[in-house]
Amino acid sequence: MILIFTEIADGAIKKSSLEAIYYGSKVAEMMDTTVTALAIGNADAAELEKAGNFGATNILHANDTKLTSPNSMAYASVLAETVKNTGAKVIITAKSSFADAVIARAAGALKAAVVGNVTELPNMSNGFQVKVSIFTGKAFADVKVNGDVKILAIKKNAVAPIENNNSAAVENISPSLYENLFSAKVTETIKATGMISLPEADLVVSGGRGMKGPENWQPLLDLADALGAATACSKPVSDLDWRPHHEHVGQTGVKVSPNLYIACGISGAIQHLAGVNSSKVLVVINKDPEAPFFKAADYGIVGDVFEILPKLTKAILANK
Amino acid sequence: MKILVCISSVPDTTSKISFTDGDTKLNKAGVTYIIGPYDDYALARAVELKEQSGATITVLNVGGADAEPQIRKALAIGADDAIRVDVEPTDSYFVAEQIAAVAKNGNYDLILMGRETSDYNSGVVHGIVGEMLGISSFSPVMQLDINGNEASITREIEGGKEKLTASLPLVLGCQEPIAEWKIPNMRGIMTARTKPLKVIPAAGSALTITEKYSLPAPKGACKMIPAEEAEKLIELLKTEAKVL
Ligand SMILES: Cc1cc2nc3c(=O)[nH]c(=O)nc-3n(C[C@H](O)[C@H](O)[C@H](O)COP(=O)(O)OP(=O)(O)OC[C@H]3O[C@@H](n4cnc5c(N)ncnc54)[C@H](O)[C@@H]3O)c2cc1C
Repeated sequence: MILIFTEIADGAIKKSSLEAIYYGSKVAEMMDTTVTALAIGNADAAELEKAGNFGATNILHANDTKLTSPNSMAYASVLAETVKNTGAKVIITAKSSFADAVIARAAGALKAAVVGNVTELPNMSNGFQVKVSIFTGKAFADVKVNGDVKILAIKKNAVAPIENNNSAAVENISPSLYENLFSAKVTETIKATGMISLPEADLVVSGGRGMKGPENWQPLLDLADALGAATACSKPVSDLDWRPHHEHVGQTGVKVSPNLYIACGISGAIQHLAGVNSSKVLVVINKDPEAPFFKAADYGIVGDVFEILPKLTKAILANK
Repeated sequence: MKILVCISSVPDTTSKISFTDGDTKLNKAGVTYIIGPYDDYALARAVELKEQSGATITVLNVGGADAEPQIRKALAIGADDAIRVDVEPTDSYFVAEQIAAVAKNGNYDLILMGRETSDYNSGVVHGIVGEMLGISSFSPVMQLDINGNEASITREIEGGKEKLTASLPLVLGCQEPIAEWKIPNMRGIMTARTKPLKVIPAAGSALTITEKYSLPAPKGACKMIPAEEAEKLIELLKTEAKVL
């Protein structure tokens, strides 16, 4: 059996986790077994059943009120216990910094081999081998995963899911919840609401120092709005507090792999490219024709971002 | 307070990555190695805590002898002594096992490291270490203050951040803006030369093996669109690139 650790947001399984379930169903086909999804926290049964459309046959739901807010240590304990109870040998999750914290502790408890940033389905012609993205997207490694229990964190777009009409049975579970898992006290949660999640986004509009100051962000936000895109920024922009830190992409920030990344006034330093180079299509808008970003781009416009952004927004709205 | 700071030794972020030996080894020719950028933040915060309220800092590296310049740099920045576990750090679980073995005998109040290394970017070593030691772990940590036995932590969550308090001992995966990277001064560099660096053997074995490396396919040429016709981009994204 293959077990998928899913993440829940607003009562539903996150899109990236549905992708992980689909990935798991393809691995299950190779290994002639089935997929079970583990969902922890508050979620609607109807939403959980969607796991079936992506290839899960069962969903285990741990819904104790203590698990309502994401707690990596408690979730890891639930995951490790579920692995032991089900005898799962392959555990798959969508890569995210929360999932990393969860699978890490589970790996410690299970003596499991962990590999992150998996970009393709495994090759099982000679053991269990996966391709992973390394050096923040600058290269790939083919990694042979030994170890009795294997945990894979997959990158966005590792597979292109196709939905089916199958449903999955939801079963409630009551894992052990040891007191020490809840010893940390959360005193404050600050979370932007109504925003499109950056790591999950298919479309991203990103701004750099060329935007000149936080007061100039409106044209970029308008374009993102018109597209239904998430917003991002370069490191100096978040260092200067022009934009919140969770928008910072690059080698030392969020790594994204959307279908479309539009860079506005970003020079394209190697550390910035490292976080965005697995995007399917890169668009660069920069007034300097020599900006290094153009070398990595699919489409480029040399010009003033403040003139170009409103034109793009207008073109999108006109087409709607 | 006793702090253990775990550092990786990785290629400089501007390095051009290439491979040798039939794509089975990283080509180290012309590559400069640095302290992992996230580990460097962890180290910087440890040094600040030491300056504020006193602490001893041990820096730990799992790696070959070629990592010693990075270890000496950490000593120059402010660590008091160093341990190197003499083995190539090839696998997350294996590296965590080495760190946990050192930590078990050290009675550390805080074990700090970067949220991830900048080579394999897996971001799991801190959590595995925490579980092995049976103590709490948090990552990615953007802010850390210590008051007696209590740590106040700000952790990044998707779309925002969360503040929490937890009791020591703790394992933390650090990221900016926890502190500013520190540059060693002359006195630091001089004293680092004589600070103790202990080399110990590894135990256990790796659970994963990298068999082959490859580079991404080169990008095609960038299609330029004149600024006066910027709106054409939208049409191309729809009909040609098919991403809208
Ligand atoms: C260890 C390390 C890690 C790092 N990690 C990251 C990281 O994760 N992410 C990251 O982004 N950076 C990172 N950096 C920093 C990186 O090296 C660059 O400094 C940074 O990416 C530059 O940001 P920028 O492109 O916004 O600014 P700049 O390099 O200043 O570029 C601004 C660009 O805007 C253009 N411009 C100006 N005005 C206009 C206009 N009106 N219209 C159009 N274009 C205009 C300019 O031509 C220029 O190309 C890291 C650096 C180090 C050393």
